[in-house]
Amino acid sequence: MKNISKSIDKVDAHEKIAGETAYISDIKREDMVYAMTLRSPVASGTIRNITLPTLPEGYAAVGPEDIPGRNLVTMIYEDWPVFPEKRVNYIGEPLMLLLGPDKERLASLLDAVEVDIEEDTPVLDYSHSGVHLHYEKGDSDKAFADADRIIEETYTTGYQEQAYIEPQGFVGYIEDETYTVIGSIQCPYYVHEAVKVTLDETDENVRVLQAPVGGAFGGKEEFPSVMATQLAVALKKIKRPIKMIYEREEDMVSTTKRHPSKTTIRAAVKDGRITGMTSHIGIDGGAYIGLSEVVLSRGMLAATNAYTIEHLDVDGDVYLTNTVPNGAFRGFGAPQMIYAIEMFMHHAAKELGEDPFSFRKAHMVKQGDWTSTGGKFRDPILLDEMIEKAADISDYHKKRKAYEDENVYKGIGMSWFFHGCGFTGSGEQHIIKSRVEVEKDAQDTVYIHVAAVDMGQGPKTTLRKIVADVLDLPIERVIFDYPDTHRVPDSGPTVASRTAMIVGGLLARAAKTLKETWREGEAQKVEKRYQQPDYVEWDGECMKGDAYPAYSWGVNVVEVEVDKHTYEIDVKDVYSVYDLGKAIDERIVLGQADGGQAQGVAYGYLEVMSRENGRLKQTNMTDYIIPTAMDMPKTDNHLIDNPYPYGPYGAKGGGELTLVGGAPAVAQAIEQAVGRRVRDIPATPEYLMELIHNG
Amino acid sequence: MAEVTFTLNGEEVTVDKPLNMRFLDVLRTTLDLTGAKEGCGEGECGACAVLLDGRIVDTCILPLASVAGRDIVTIEGYRTTERFQVLQNAFVKEGAVQCGICIPGMIIAAESLLSENPDPSDDAIRTALSGNLCRCTGYNMIIAAIRRAAKEGEGLW
Ligand code: FES
Ligand code: FES
Repeated sequence: MKNISKSIDKVDAHEKIAGETAYISDIKREDMVYAMTLRSPVASGTIRNITLPTLPEGYAAVGPEDIPGRNLVTMIYEDWPVFPEKRVNYIGEPLMLLLGPDKERLASLLDAVEVDIEEDTPVLDYSHSGVHLHYEKGDSDKAFADADRIIEETYTTGYQEQAYIEPQGFVGYIEDETYTVIGSIQCPYYVHEAVKVTLDETDENVRVLQAPVGGAFGGKEEFPSVMATQLAVALKKIKRPIKMIYEREEDMVSTTKRHPSKTTIRAAVKDGRITGMTSHIGIDGGAYIGLSEVVLSRGMLAATNAYTIEHLDVDGDVYLTNTVPNGAFRGFGAPQMIYAIEMFMHHAAKELGEDPFSFRKAHMVKQGDWTSTGGKFRDPILLDEMIEKAADISDYHKKRKAYEDENVYKGIGMSWFFHGCGFTGSGEQHIIKSRVEVEKDAQDTVYIHVAAVDMGQGPKTTLRKIVADVLDLPIERVIFDYPDTHRVPDSGPTVASRTAMIVGGLLARAAKTLKETWREGEAQKVEKRYQQPDYVEWDGECMKGDAYPAYSWGVNVVEVEVDKHTYEIDVKDVYSVYDLGKAIDERIVLGQADGGQAQGVAYGYLEVMSRENGRLKQTNMTDYIIPTAMDMPKTDNHLIDNPYPYGPYGAKGGGELTLVGGAPAVAQAIEQAVGRRVRDIPATPEYLMELIHNG
Repeated sequence: MAEVTFTLNGEEVTVDKPLNMRFLDVLRTTLDLTGAKEGCGEGECGACAVLLDGRIVDTCILPLASVAGRDIVTIEGYRTTERFQVLQNAFVKEGAVQCGICIPGMIIAAESLLSENPDPSDDAIRTALSGNLCRCTGYNMIIAAIRRAAKEGEGLW
């Protein structure tokens, strides 16, 4: 076998560079009309009346009364309406669609709609819990009773906007009596299910196609189902092709973001070691729960990150507020929690007068330890080696010491962390039940049939590479088209860093069977279904057991310089070491590393989204700042092999891992530079000014 | 409505549209050239970039009137050049492309830079790209690609 990690040219790069790839906004249909959305101007209220202007010939309005099936966007929790009937719950909530052939005319019609809503007082604080989760391990009461010291701190994190460069969009049409939608989406079968339920149609009468995706990062996980159900209702009513593309501001105001959070951690310390811990994480779900419960759960499962704490008690709440619903974003709850616990361990050491690096290392997990939920870390953990490597390439220890000087406004921070790969617990087995197919035709050309989406992270290349390698064929002989629910089985959503490990693993098995049964010049098809490794035992109710089948690991080092007078933060260098089992393509993984770190580091110091009275203050790319080429430093990223027996070629998850450690590393660096404890992120110059002036 | 004439990818073109129409819409809707993308609509992201008299410009904030008598090259025209081949190869080899939505704009930015400064430093590349946002890559592989193109395309710029 060749070394699978050796990089090849990405299969779709040439056409993307040439501007030939047709993204959703580049797609047109004959006789197409456009859809625009009427939105709620208030955060909370009851609709009294919506008065439409007279609509010209060829124009139409579509609202809740047009929904043939359930007025519900099917996702994990069932509370999100396609169009609200009476209550409006956030500014920007979609009330109805206007459709017509001319966009300018549509815009002026939209302006002429009169919306009469009886406003009431919105909920904007963490007072209304919509979901509460809890788990425990050992006897934390006893640990606290026996403690000789208790340390408590609270951390907050802000919103983060996915800021994919391509806004959300769909094109829909009816073909052979089938409701067909093409979209910029991560999860074709989520959209399929949602449209089916809203239209009350059969599986066969709904068809979902993925268009090339111009960035997603979780933002196109559940949200597209909202748009697609609205579009489908309109399709059924007007029976003409419809195009619905959000403009940037509309996208930022009305689509899901990373949940703001507030986490309090208390530790019981005995003889200089943390023996017990209680944590509470609260996340702001916005107006509907959607999939916030799952985000909360992933956050809580990271409560002790890469540390072993014997006695543990973890609570979490999703708070409902009258604001735009929050949802999936690369990392999915883990970035908030890992930020909090990494800072806490650092601060606890300082409280105890110990060296943070040694203190943290003394609590670090080892192979064979119990996880936070009493599962087991079965596979080798190479963190020691990885930390040493990261310290080495960054000259961490020397710099850490040199920057202790009060007159030096430089700092260096190090985080280490894990990411649980795939769905939580038995989710793959009981909820997703993925299926893949590998087919070959009579010319011996092989086809991959899966619903996995390439949104830039590379499965169009890596999945073909896996199948071609197993079959010992050139990659050109293996075809993988954009998913189409009429042609591919449900291999699950493109989320949770599961594509390489789970879908890739199933494809490797299917390809192996095909190879073993290969009959030259004959059409053949092999199907594989997911089977949970025997060792996974998970009790979802009590959150007990193996929360994940496998873990990927990472170390990030970030170096900053802070301007003495303006507190402007200059990120100088980023160094990383990752263990994601085995890279299916090294350069693709290193690209994930660069991009994930950019998002993770910027989450910690740069990206500000805030709100006032339920209204977002940053609603475009001018106000919401993401890193430019000037902000991002050079990086030095390394991968180490640690093959996972159940992953294809040993691969585990990689996409989210690269984001989760950025914020604590940069926050620690900033903390050292300014000599003040950082608790809230983003740690902006304004925040630092406040810290310094308040002592 | 007014007739506006300009050179587009080497050929003279006349369109009859409102003078304040966004040039991005003229390209994408009137002329069916979809290589320039709309990312932000307000001159922040560079996804809509083309070359105007050889320099990069954001077409989402460019009114049609401003292109009268000027020379416009879009990615559709630029991709027929030898310089493009060198840049394309460099972007592929350095892994500079993830979702790809920003990339045509990045190519335009690279051409605009290299035609002025054929041997740019990393800092010069970063500055030249500062009007083009990429959310996927963290930029380093794009910077490496432009460095590589400058080297492999020596003499072309
Ligand atoms: S779309 Fe023109 S700069 Fe963003
Ligand atoms: S490659 Fe996705 S935005 Fe640049």
